Amino acid sequence: MTQPLLQVTDLCAGIDGGNILNHVNLTVGPGETHVLMGPNGAGKSTLAGTLMGNPVYQVTGGAITFDGADITGAATAERARAGMFCSFQNPPEVPGLTLNEFIKNAIRAKTGKPIKIFKYAGELKATMDILAMDESYAERELNVGFSGGEKKKAEILQMLMLAPKLAILDETDSGLDVDAVRTVSEGVRAYQNQSGGSLLIITHSTRILESLHVDYTHILADGKIVKTGGPELVDVINERGFVDFEG
Amino acid sequence: MNEQQTRGARHFDPAIDNDDEQLKDVLGTETNMYDFKDDDDAAFRVAEGLTPDIVAEISDEKHDPDWMREFRQKCLKLYYQMNVPEWGPPIDGLNMDEIVTYVRPDTQMQADWEDVPADIKNAFERLGIPQAERESLAGVGAQYDSELVYHNLQDEVAAQGVVYTDFESALTGEFADMVREYFMKLVPPTDHKFAALHGAVWSGGSFVYVPKGVKVEIPLQSYFRLNAKGAGQFEHTLIIVDEGADLHFIEGCSAPKWNTANLHAGCVELYVKKNARLRYSTIENWSKNMYNLNTKRAIVEEGGRMEWVSGSFGSHVSYLYPTTILKGDGADVEYTGITFSGKGQNLDTGARMVHLGKNTSSILNTKSIAKDGGVGTFRSAIEIRPTAKGAKSAVDCQSLMLDSHSRSDTIPAVDVRTGDADVGHEAKIGRISDETVFYLMSRGIPEEEARAMIVSGFASPVSKELPLEYAAEMNNLIQLEMEGNM
Repeated sequence: MTQPLLQVTDLCAGIDGGNILNHVNLTVGPGETHVLMGPNGAGKSTLAGTLMGNPVYQVTGGAITFDGADITGAATAERARAGMFCSFQNPPEVPGLTLNEFIKNAIRAKTGKPIKIFKYAGELKATMDILAMDESYAERELNVGFSGGEKKKAEILQMLMLAPKLAILDETDSGLDVDAVRTVSEGVRAYQNQSGGSLLIITHSTRILESLHVDYTHILADGKIVKTGGPELVDVINERGFVDFEG
Repeated sequence: MNEQQTRGARHFDPAIDNDDEQLKDVLGTETNMYDFKDDDDAAFRVAEGLTPDIVAEISDEKHDPDWMREFRQKCLKLYYQMNVPEWGPPIDGLNMDEIVTYVRPDTQMQADWEDVPADIKNAFERLGIPQAERESLAGVGAQYDSELVYHNLQDEVAAQGVVYTDFESALTGEFADMVREYFMKLVPPTDHKFAALHGAVWSGGSFVYVPKGVKVEIPLQSYFRLNAKGAGQFEHTLIIVDEGADLHFIEGCSAPKWNTANLHAGCVELYVKKNARLRYSTIENWSKNMYNLNTKRAIVEEGGRMEWVSGSFGSHVSYLYPTTILKGDGADVEYTGITFSGKGQNLDTGARMVHLGKNTSSILNTKSIAKDGGVGTFRSAIEIRPTAKGAKSAVDCQSLMLDSHSRSDTIPAVDVRTGDADVGHEAKIGRISDETVFYLMSRGIPEEEARAMIVSGFASPVSKELPLEYAAEMNNLIQLEMEGNM
């Protein structure tokens, strides 16, 4: 097996001394798509936040390696520059900063080089087309007054523009209508095909997965991965829910 | 064409309509500065610093006309009679006995670039101010260089009949009568102690006259000239935009004033005539030891429009409340301002709007940022006088606190004397949320930069109002301030 992109070993983490994640083990290889499912309160968002280095969560044990480097204690921006991305369930509003400027700044931070303006503009336009976003969105203030669907699309837009090695999608499909789910999943497929990056899709519904290729499915319950299987596990959950996995 | 303008200039309107009781009330001219008794010589005896002789010396050096010579001496007497204002941040650190040392700018002009404090030098590097201009700040040679900048501007606008000159020349030049008529009528020396001080020792500054109907396409800037002369501390700016004319004036402090002297008591008088428009933009980045006690005032005639754009970054203590008197019917004013108070800074800023005319309107939008223990106070005073039927006013004030030991206060005052005024006030104080910083960082943006981006975004409604290079500079200033924060 090639070197894994993400290796989570015995990870324990939580808030204010109380552990939410209890010895989580997870391995994501390059180009693989993993789905993480689990009941409410299982620790899914905690895992996403801990992987991204959100200071709200404290790691109390275990390790995270990414692309061969131990990033357990690394700053969030460092993880992002190493190629990690996390979409937010409810991204905050940033008045006065346009979506366009934000993406440009992020690309600049990642590459350390000035943006090639025409190439960038072309890519932005093409990517917004995939997501059925009107060009005028680029000049709107980041997430200010965005509807739920618009926020999610803006997150996927950022993912596609930044082309990370690993994208963690935290409940990207929640609260979206059928059309919006289809558009978002269109964007995720474009990411799979164009950049060949890995995915960790956190969800508790399965609609977004219908048109996506999935390699592995994990069930997280009580802060532990209690079951790992192939794409067929999604169907099992669809039928039976999480009752089999809850203590 | 020139002849016409000259003739026009000789038939100018009086600065202030003396029959206007309400206006007298606003300006306080009923306490005539010439009325005070002469038996206050005791004040002179106790006065350590500034003496009539020193003021007379200033008159000599400047070749003041007789009336100005007299005016300075009267202002000096007023200065001794009046008390230091106590309603704002303390200015105890300002030694009034040493006032004379602030009045003498010549000693600072000897300083060379090496003496410029490191933080300001850094700022210049970051702002990309070219070497030549930078040197012009430090030495005598500077005067020459900056004169060139100034004359270039004059050439561009002179073709339109616009007058833009340094104040000393204005006093004796072609427009001497007009200057005399308008000088310190809108900000009378009786207004407060520092206005009186200004009247006594003012030096440098600009005089601008835009003739009727003339629209000046490019902004006039007072930026380099003030620095070069080293006389910025008590500069006087007098701008008259005649009927139907249009002007954008930028009072520039791209170049922070690094002088070791630490009092600034400038005065700005702006006259916006019937259907004229004046935009007055300022970015101030004084050195952090400066007491900035500046007085700015505008009077707007019928159908005229006044626009203020103001960015306050530097100084140790600031009192800055531009006043706008909406005298004519249908006159309006819009004030957009931002104040950034950092470590050791107490910036008391805001604006006062006085509605006299019918259907006048005022809009006040401000942003204030406080960090590192800085104190920012925003005061707004909206006065709707009995004659101002149908007046409208909207105040919106937003503050951003960057840490828990900084302070931000909002003190709004509204005084309405009509039955049909439409007055609104909104104030909001917030912090940068950790979640937002994390969000930006999750896209690879380092923490320091993430915070700066959030602050720049907060400030963007103000920077959008500035000419491009000034907006860029303001963002640079924010960046610099934020770096100091981390």
